[in-house]
Amino acid sequence: MTNNGRARTLFEKVWDAHTVRDQSEDSPAVLYIDLHLVHEVTSPQAFSMLRERGLRVRRPDLTIGTMDHSTPTTPRNELGIIPVADAMAAKQLDTFTRNCEDYGIPMYALGDEHQGIVHVIGPEKGLTQPGMTIVCGDSHTSTHGAFGALAFGIGTSEVGHVLATQTLLQNKPKTMAVNVEGKLEEGVTAKDIILAIIARIGIGGGTGYVFEYRGEAIRDLSMEGRMTVCNMSIEGGARAGMVAPDDTTFEYISGRKHAPSGAEWDAALANWRRLPTDDEAVYDQEITLRADELIPMITYGTNPGMGMPITAAVPVPDDERDYNKKVALDKALAYMDLQPGQQLLGKPIDVVFIGSCTNSRISDLRQAAQFIAGRQVAESVRMMVVPGSQQVKRQAESEGLDDVFRAAGAEWREAGCSMCIAMNGDQLEPGQYAVSTSNRNFEGRQGKGGRTFLASPLTAAASAVAGVVSDPRAML
Amino acid sequence: MEKLTHIQGTIVAIPVNDIDTDQIIPARFLKVTDKEGLGKAAFCDWRYLDDGSTPNPDFILNDPAYGGASVLIAGNNFGCGSSREHAPWALIGAGFKAVISTEFADIFRNNALKNGLLPIIVDEETQQQLFSLAEEDPSTAVSVDVDAQRLTLPDGRQIQFPLDGFSKHCLLNGVDQLGYLLNLDNEVGAFEARNPQRVETTA
Ligand code: SF4
Repeated sequence: MTNNGRARTLFEKVWDAHTVRDQSEDSPAVLYIDLHLVHEVTSPQAFSMLRERGLRVRRPDLTIGTMDHSTPTTPRNELGIIPVADAMAAKQLDTFTRNCEDYGIPMYALGDEHQGIVHVIGPEKGLTQPGMTIVCGDSHTSTHGAFGALAFGIGTSEVGHVLATQTLLQNKPKTMAVNVEGKLEEGVTAKDIILAIIARIGIGGGTGYVFEYRGEAIRDLSMEGRMTVCNMSIEGGARAGMVAPDDTTFEYISGRKHAPSGAEWDAALANWRRLPTDDEAVYDQEITLRADELIPMITYGTNPGMGMPITAAVPVPDDERDYNKKVALDKALAYMDLQPGQQLLGKPIDVVFIGSCTNSRISDLRQAAQFIAGRQVAESVRMMVVPGSQQVKRQAESEGLDDVFRAAGAEWREAGCSMCIAMNGDQLEPGQYAVSTSNRNFEGRQGKGGRTFLASPLTAAASAVAGVVSDPRAML
Repeated sequence: MEKLTHIQGTIVAIPVNDIDTDQIIPARFLKVTDKEGLGKAAFCDWRYLDDGSTPNPDFILNDPAYGGASVLIAGNNFGCGSSREHAPWALIGAGFKAVISTEFADIFRNNALKNGLLPIIVDEETQQQLFSLAEEDPSTAVSVDVDAQRLTLPDGRQIQFPLDGFSKHCLLNGVDQLGYLLNLDNEVGAFEARNPQRVETTA
């Protein structure tokens, strides 16, 4: 499909279809937003602003709320209620409930059968669809790009803009094709692909760009795998990451609660099939990775770009030519209490966290459960399994995955962000080491003084069983 | 938002690359429902020792000589990570009016500009020079002319920095972007009439 005869990328097609006003010398483009996801942490000040100015929410019917960040994931009490012990969190949740009620926004409260991490519930309810613009006051909104949507995180002021006007001022980003060619070996997963990409380009490498993930290895991924990849686009500095919709996408959406049906489905499908990038379209930049050369990845440092193949040794700061990078590496290794040149394989760990909007979907849990079945979590390790949503939790329980995890000695918890962000009671103790399936290993991210190794659910499960950082391929 | 036309102030350097928003304000401080008091939490985990209350004597912002600094010089790629607008709120609360770096993460930059905190992009040489100046003399001051997009160093050297016209207009006039968007009500209505909605969350 061309527009005025011009070949366009997936990104450009979605962008063009949503510009209320084009970008000019004087002002950024005005972009219409098809779906606005809100949660309790980044919205209160936006609602206060609406109140101060006497504004309404323009389109509550394009807005949905869920509680996820500051919610506890401790098991329910005998009344079936998840108790909130933290007074500030309780106030934040109450404020959110009141704001959604006052403005007519549908919302899934803590414990509701639909509640879950904002980036898990959008896709599972069929709200996330190809060609849409989707925003949320949360940087991992990039997750939804797996469906060929343009989805990105915004700040709280912008949350207010979208609530009031359903539009945003945006400067047009550049495009980068990220080609992942070839096939993945057994034991290597979507998480390893994205950790390898970020290790290659660095955490600022995608600043100003929207990624489009392409190539055989991306096409071969399930929707959940594609979400894992797109989720961490922001860790490469990109606002958004996209994958062209295909039959895998359409099959995933079909039959979900908010998916079109009947004649509307046929019409939507015809539109969606026109979204993929035209053959002659050009990207501002292009990089290529070989999937068949990848092995499981792990991070050793304090940002997601500090990652390496799991069999590699921690880099040596003195080998680093760039002074700034040497200083950063020194600082990271000091925080992580690791030695230059040290192997991570065999490093004792204290906690394994399986969860977060990166890796808490049913396929992640199945993969971890399959590995854990018939094995035991090492005595020295606390393993937490936190489903991304109540729906994922029910599905997992119907398959008996919770029993598998419990039998192995792992904790099976309620849905939420949990130890990904450590603002809800789930956190590392100072000095502890964790292998985590989440997306950020910043200093203190999982609890003050805590140390995070980011990895795939398989690597996390293997490490939980062995009690040390482990290569899952050796144990499959 | 207040008008921001000029900044004149002393500088303080945190010469660390990739300072993420979890360092600028750790997540446990995000349970607030307003913007007040976040200045105290800025760089909290670097600012205090492990007990969380004893000031870390090695952290530059605890050095009284730099107490009044209003311009922060940071390492490359400042503000990466989470979209939390609490990061610029905390920096403003801690007395900063501008941050200088070689590169800013997209969302942080957007958030900062919306709150009148000026992100100033300079080249590495200037950044290094500012690091040295700040370290040598805590009374080192710089001045910024927002309209001219010009940073003036103590030696008189003037450096141009990029700033998009729209953000500049908003800073200089103290207007926020919401007013602009609200004025487009008719255009937005016309867009909605042409484009059927994709989903209905209330259904
Ligand atoms: S799981 Fe982590 S990264 Fe994802 S939305 Fe929650 S806090 Fe953010």
